[in-house]
Amino acid sequence: MSDFNRSAPVEWGLRAYLLLTFAFVFAPIAASFVFSFNVDRFPSLPLGGFSLTWYQQVAADPLVWEGLRNTLIAGITVSVLATALGFGAAYTDFRYNFFGKSLYLALALLPPTIPVVILGLAMLAFLANIGLSGGIHSVIIAHVVMCAPFAMAIIRLRLSQMDASLEAAAWNLGASQWVAMRHVIIPFCRPAIFAALFITMAVSFDEFAVSWFVSGLNETLPVKVLGFLQGQVSPKINVIGTFVFLTSMTLVILAQILLMKRSTGGKAGQ
Amino acid sequence: MTASDRSGLAAGPVPARREMPGQARPAGAPAPGRARKTVSLYGLTFSLPMLLWQMIFFLAPLLFLVALSFWSVRNFRMEPDFNPDNWSRMLGRSVFWEAYLRTLLLSATAAIVTSAVAFPASYAIAFKLSETARRWAIFLMVIPFFTSYLVRVYSWQIFLSDNGIINALLAKIGLGPFPMLNSNFGTMVGYLTLCLPLVILLQLFSLIFVDRTLVEAAHNLRCGRLRTVFEVVVPAARVGLTIAALFCFILTFGDFVSPLYLGGGDPPTLSILITDTTKSGQQWPRAAVVALVMIATLLVIAFAAVRFAYKERGR
Repeated sequence: MSDFNRSAPVEWGLRAYLLLTFAFVFAPIAASFVFSFNVDRFPSLPLGGFSLTWYQQVAADPLVWEGLRNTLIAGITVSVLATALGFGAAYTDFRYNFFGKSLYLALALLPPTIPVVILGLAMLAFLANIGLSGGIHSVIIAHVVMCAPFAMAIIRLRLSQMDASLEAAAWNLGASQWVAMRHVIIPFCRPAIFAALFITMAVSFDEFAVSWFVSGLNETLPVKVLGFLQGQVSPKINVIGTFVFLTSMTLVILAQILLMKRSTGGKAGQ
Repeated sequence: MTASDRSGLAAGPVPARREMPGQARPAGAPAPGRARKTVSLYGLTFSLPMLLWQMIFFLAPLLFLVALSFWSVRNFRMEPDFNPDNWSRMLGRSVFWEAYLRTLLLSATAAIVTSAVAFPASYAIAFKLSETARRWAIFLMVIPFFTSYLVRVYSWQIFLSDNGIINALLAKIGLGPFPMLNSNFGTMVGYLTLCLPLVILLQLFSLIFVDRTLVEAAHNLRCGRLRTVFEVVVPAARVGLTIAALFCFILTFGDFVSPLYLGGGDPPTLSILITDTTKSGQQWPRAAVVALVMIATLLVIAFAAVRFAYKERGR
């Protein structure tokens, strides 16, 4: 590369800009973490002093526990259902060609591009009309719609690393399709399946808009946070935010580790 | 490499593998050739669940919105009907059109501002960082997706309020206080919080695939630094840059949190209109009208953006 267009100020300027961008992105996340330990109700600088008051208040709030229970029930159910649907669709895309396939894929991948207010309203009206709104099951139904595309994308990527002749070899050796699925495809996809489980769970944990529309009285934790936001200043939001952040990050890092294994495994196979 | 490859959108599925002549077939499966066309229990087990679920719980609700927009509300109860009243009422209101224009303007501004703010950052990640540093940068940009957007918006309230962190710092050097909350500025900060990481990632994935030899060639021909960026890099990455801006537009168009809790919510945006109309009483048919107008608008914008992204370069 020629040095004609290199200059130290520009290089450092770009790097400084990048740091500023990261600062902007992480400032709110860091602030909520820091202020969750701050003793003052009204956040200000300098900090008032270290305290676990807000953590104790959150822990003593039955509404929070109820929300957490709903979030966990929804998150776990959603991740299993969405991953199962996503796996099926990814495998279908991998193995079959059929008339209307692009429509099938569009239907499977489109939900994340629809604004959540519209999805929320549509779900609420539709589920209310067939008598399924206002419960934790409504949240589950809606979240599976939103999460299945992510699961599908993750598992599809893994399948694209698989040598297509592996499955064929299993057939040659006398395996039925079901046996090949159980002993070849699923073991190969296992890391991606777990990654999809964790990612969809994390997405469901954070989703508030559609849940807010359809959950009725069975509010999930993020919907409770939305409620707190409508009220007055409450450092409880910081505590819940920190908790949800740590939970989601644990899930994401687990998924990341699994996907790392995937990429090294893929390299070894080449 | 085709243009669609360069967009870097991971969602785009890889074409299914071809049938190879003489390929093995599963035990007990029908003969190859026409066999793949026959519907098997095995195939349906995997393909059908997704299809059914998204038809029933995704497509049907969206279609139901259309029917709902013609229902009428009597004595606080909704009744199936074919009544264009909701449409004429909503579209006849100046409040609606003000909200419509405001939302359109805010989202367009957000798409432009976010793209402009993101570009130097994604450019730096793509061209100035080592392989390892780039991987870390991408990892860091993914983290925000798994933090609560609500909590981040609440955090910005702490920063931006009249006696918040920023004004407290400014007061120390004798400036301010500047009102930042409940303004378009506040809304924009919220929109950036929502979109910046995604836009950077999408831009990045198209910049990474820009042919480095093009850049080198431009440099060798003594093309200036800025000129190289705008005449070589940006056109080569057009697909990704446009798609990133489009995503920003879509996300902000449907977001009700930032305009409400950072922007003050008055005058409302379309998404605030929907939440208000839905949650206060039984005026769901009117909310459905707003939602359908939003969907129509988004379709037009998305179509235009995709056409722009993939059109042949006119030179």
